[in-house]
Order: sequence, then C-alpha cells, then structure tokens
Amino acid sequence: MEFAIRVFARLNITDNIYLLITDTTRSTWIVMAILLVFAIIVRIKSRNWDASKKPSGLQNVLEMAVDAFEKLYKGNAGEKMAFLMPWFFSLFAFLILSNLIGIVGIRPPTADWGMTLPLAVSSFVLFQFAGLKNRPKAYLKSIFLEPVFLFAPINIMGEIAKPIALSFRLFGNVLGGMILLSLLYGMAPLALQFVFPAFLHMYFDLAAGALQAFIFIMLSITFVGLAAEE
Amino acid sequence: MHDPMGFAVAIAHIAAAIALLNGILTTLGQGKVASAAVEGIARQPEAKGSITTTMIIGCAFAETSGVYGLVIAIIILFANPLLSFIG
Repeated sequence: MEFAIRVFARLNITDNIYLLITDTTRSTWIVMAILLVFAIIVRIKSRNWDASKKPSGLQNVLEMAVDAFEKLYKGNAGEKMAFLMPWFFSLFAFLILSNLIGIVGIRPPTADWGMTLPLAVSSFVLFQFAGLKNRPKAYLKSIFLEPVFLFAPINIMGEIAKPIALSFRLFGNVLGGMILLSLLYGMAPLALQFVFPAFLHMYFDLAAGALQAFIFIMLSITFVGLAAEE
Repeated sequence: MHDPMGFAVAIAHIAAAIALLNGILTTLGQGKVASAAVEGIARQPEAKGSITTTMIIGCAFAETSGVYGLVIAIIILFANPLLSFIG
C-alpha cells in the first residue's frame, strides 16, 4: 500500500496525548511554504506598483483573480458578508495548491480526512455565524420552529450533515484519484507507465483537483449566503 | 471454515464492490443535471455563465452519495474496524 499515510515522527506530550508528524503534515508545510514565499514576493514587488497607472504583469494577473473572486463571492454570499471574502480567497488558494501538488509526487494534504474536516468545520462555524449575526431571530426560528417544533432534530441533523458532506466530497475525490494513480504505478506493466499516466494526472490532479477546490469554496459561499439572507 | 480471517477479507471485498454500485445512480443523476444544463444553454445562450455555475453545484450535490460509497469502500478495504474482532 503506497497510499497509506506514513508517520515520520511522534512527539509525546503526555502518555496518551501525542502529535504525529505525517505525510499530511509535511505536504501542508510545503504548501504553506510556497504560499508564504509567494506572498513575500508579491509584497516586495508591490512596493513600486502604482494604482493610478495601467497594471501589467503579475499585478494584472492578481487583480484579475481578486476581481473574479469578488464578483463570484458577492453574487452568492451578498454584500453584507463581504468582510469574510479574504478568508475564503486564502482558503481557495490553499486548497487549489494542495490539490495540484499531487502532480510532483507529493501526497496531497487534502487526501486525509483529518485535513478536510477541520476546514469544513471552519466553514460551518462561518455560516452559522453569518446566520446568527444578520438575522438572529429568523435564523434560529428557521432551525428550531420551521415547519413545526417537532422537526427541530431533523433540521439540526441537516445542519450537522453539511460540513460532513463538504469534507467527504473533497476527501473522497482527492483520495480516489490518488489511489487510482498509485494502483497504476504499482500494478500496470512497465510499458504503460511512461506517457499514459500524464493524461490521468491531468484529469485527477489538474481538472478534478481545481474543480473540487472550486466546489468546496462555492458551496461554503452559498451556505453563507443562504444563512445570511432570505 | 478453517480460515475465518480469509473469509472475512473476501466478504469485505465483495461488500466494497457492492458499496461502489451506487455509482450507477449517481452517474445517472449527474447526466440528468448536465443534460438539463445543455438544454438551458441551448435555449438561452446568454445565461451560460450562471447556468454553468449552478450546474457545477448541482453535480457536486449529486456526487455526494457516490463519494459516500467510495469512502465506505475505502474504509472497508483498508481500515476495516471489524477485522480486529477476528484477530
């Protein structure tokens, strides 16, 4: 099994509580390092950018990305929740890089439920917060009293199912693609291992990875929008 | 039954295959979503952007049960909690 999560180190805090340094931790650190270096480069280059002149090069690309994301965000989550946009944009950058990093042979961090569940729970906290902040009474009523009082457990189950479905969707897609590719590398005859995997990488890492990152963000934004206004 | 572990592993593989059968209906549902989106775009080509976004979200919701089946199959195959009872 080449696709199992390897444990590199184990840090004991007490007898029963310990931290594991696994494949997921390592590739998360790599993704974080890439994002940090990129952020520092952009910060250094942005000192001689002038907002009054015509943008070019990197500035142009970044402005286009932020503009497109802002349009998407405000169309789905509404103007009232605009202060949450930076969080979702950085989450999107993190997710898309984590899914794409499988191309270079590093195990993607999102192929671990311990990675995707906290991300989905953070989205869950944000959309509950959005509902409670913008329309507290109506939101609590929509959960506890919606058709009648008896349906409250079903509504609560529905709310809890949202982050679980979000995390399983990302995790299952990335892990499924990774298992397929490692089965190909482990079991296929040698003649099939030269050019053919490139197409599978293109689908499972590039297309499916970017699409799943987009879907995760898109669904989180839609949930925020649904909770915030109705 | 001379080898209960082997029997349990064989049954687990069959169970994983059955868990993946829900891919049939999931794919059917996603196909319906895509065909409806194509009809919508053919009728109203200027709404292509929002139809595509809605279609992707619909596909993601339709995909959920298929992904549940996949995760269950992976758990049965690689992280089966019941095999430890046999020893």
